[in-house]
Amino acid sequence: MGLILSILIGLLYAAGVYLLLRRSIVKMILGIIFLGNATNLVIFVSGGLTKASPAFVEAGKTAASGEVSDPLPQALILTAIVIGFGVTAFALALMYRFYKTTGTEDLDEVTEGEE
Amino acid sequence: MNILILLPVLIPLGTITLGLFLRGSKGVQQFLGIGGIALQLLVAISIFREVSTAGVQVIQLGNWPAPFGITFVADLFSAIMLIMSGIIGLVVAIFSISTINRFRQRFTYFPLVNALLMGVNGAFLTGDVFNLYVWFEVMILASFVLITMGGTRKQMDGAIKYVSMNLIASMMFLAGIGLLYGKAGTLNMADLAVKIGESDESLLLNSSAMLFFVAFSIKAAVFPFFFWLPASYHTPPIAITALFSGLLTKVGIYAMIRFFTLFFVQNQSFWHPLLLIIGGLTMVVGVLTAASQYDIRKILSFHIISQIGYMVMGLGLFTVLGIAGAIFYMMHNIIAKTNTFLIAGIIGKIKGTYQLKSIGGLYKTYPFLALLFLIAAFGLAGVPPLSGFAGKLLLVIAGFQDQNYFITAVAILVGLFTLFSMVKIWNEGFWKKQPDKTDGPGKNIPFSMFLPVIVLASGTVVLGVFAEPVINIVMQAAEQLINPENYINTVLGR
Repeated sequence: MGLILSILIGLLYAAGVYLLLRRSIVKMILGIIFLGNATNLVIFVSGGLTKASPAFVEAGKTAASGEVSDPLPQALILTAIVIGFGVTAFALALMYRFYKTTGTEDLDEVTEGEE
Repeated sequence: MNILILLPVLIPLGTITLGLFLRGSKGVQQFLGIGGIALQLLVAISIFREVSTAGVQVIQLGNWPAPFGITFVADLFSAIMLIMSGIIGLVVAIFSISTINRFRQRFTYFPLVNALLMGVNGAFLTGDVFNLYVWFEVMILASFVLITMGGTRKQMDGAIKYVSMNLIASMMFLAGIGLLYGKAGTLNMADLAVKIGESDESLLLNSSAMLFFVAFSIKAAVFPFFFWLPASYHTPPIAITALFSGLLTKVGIYAMIRFFTLFFVQNQSFWHPLLLIIGGLTMVVGVLTAASQYDIRKILSFHIISQIGYMVMGLGLFTVLGIAGAIFYMMHNIIAKTNTFLIAGIIGKIKGTYQLKSIGGLYKTYPFLALLFLIAAFGLAGVPPLSGFAGKLLLVIAGFQDQNYFITAVAILVGLFTLFSMVKIWNEGFWKKQPDKTDGPGKNIPFSMFLPVIVLASGTVVLGVFAEPVINIVMQAAEQLINPENYINTVLGR
């Protein structure tokens, strides 16, 4: 499972970087979303994968018996997803504003900032 | 429970919330925004007094003991940076009164500035790596909105570069956190320092350390990751540029110094030469590219990069004196850099342009402004007795003591080139005659634009003339950073 996820992370990073290097702003934002998802998976995999062992403690005991999955990476990913959602919403609004202001979605056609 | 060190985050949170409810009135917004920042500054000063008398201050949020909950820690370095963020926030907010569009002041401008400061203060105070990431996000989201405010074509171009580079940096930061947690099993900075110190396989941490280093380098605009900064910093209104130039890049440097003194202290033979090389290249590339520019804001933007190099150099030397030099240089640079941008704002207001080729004769019409510019610019270049001199002197002495003669020579040379750029602005903007005949009667510049510049210029002078007590304080701060046992023990409650 770890291996499959690792390969998937690699593919997502590759696709994200490829999309970021495009001139289209839509593809650039898609690239950022890809990178975000790849990063969330990195946290997930490096936190250690355990199969079907929720972090519950049985009634009357003070510690779990046997292996439990670490809930912290999941909490981190949840936070990262929420932040990523906000950031993506901003990026989409920025894209819309960019298109409205410049009439194009090709980043190379707008060079005013370089003067 | 030490509620005091939560206030730098809680106060802006309060003013943001109130400010968003009380939209529409410029007076109320200004009162809330500026009053809130002034309050933050007062709190920062009392935190500093507390820390310098009673040592490192800690609060465990929700009373969870240290490695499990989120920890807020204030040591001397954090306290100094909090004071700087308060000062810069306050002067920029005052400067904004007459430079930012009225409509924006009535609505979201001041809450956004406060949100930015909340992120910055949180980043200075947190003792948890993931929490640092969250504060970074608070900070950059506020900065995204501020940099796009206005929505001109030029700003769109700058904003796309700024937003995308910052997001990529955040992803790297987050990936570094994931890998670090996988290896160390904790994200509390003090706990990390203990765990990494005990481990004999600390070499494996280099992958996370490198991800953090690249992420902070992008945020701090360190060579070779600086290209977004000069492409975007000159696009928003100048008050916003001044705020960014003073604070945002320094938060990246703050995080770098914190990480590489507290827990990434293994493999010094790899990291310290790397930091020195990168620092040197950052200084040289920044100052040389600045020399070819003719837009005041662009010259100053490239100088931000070059000055960042000095701070990286101080970290790379990794002696008490080197770190102290880096901290002193940060204090000096935050004041002087913001000031030069504010003065550029006044010039832009007078002349209606930032292009040096169509500006001239300012010395004749505005001699007082010329004096203020001289103080800020010579301070930046390191002319005694202004603040840049003391900062550079500390770093140069540290470089000689560490026998890194080459980087020290580079630092001195770059200082000369900085002077060259500043003299260029002086010659073109103040000294030469106004190139065209459109020079009408001088415009009235409101006092609210001069006041911040005067405050910061006197800051540059005071920091330079009375450097001795400040140097004593930064030496103590550097001591705390190099020998973090006190920090670790206080956080972990041992």
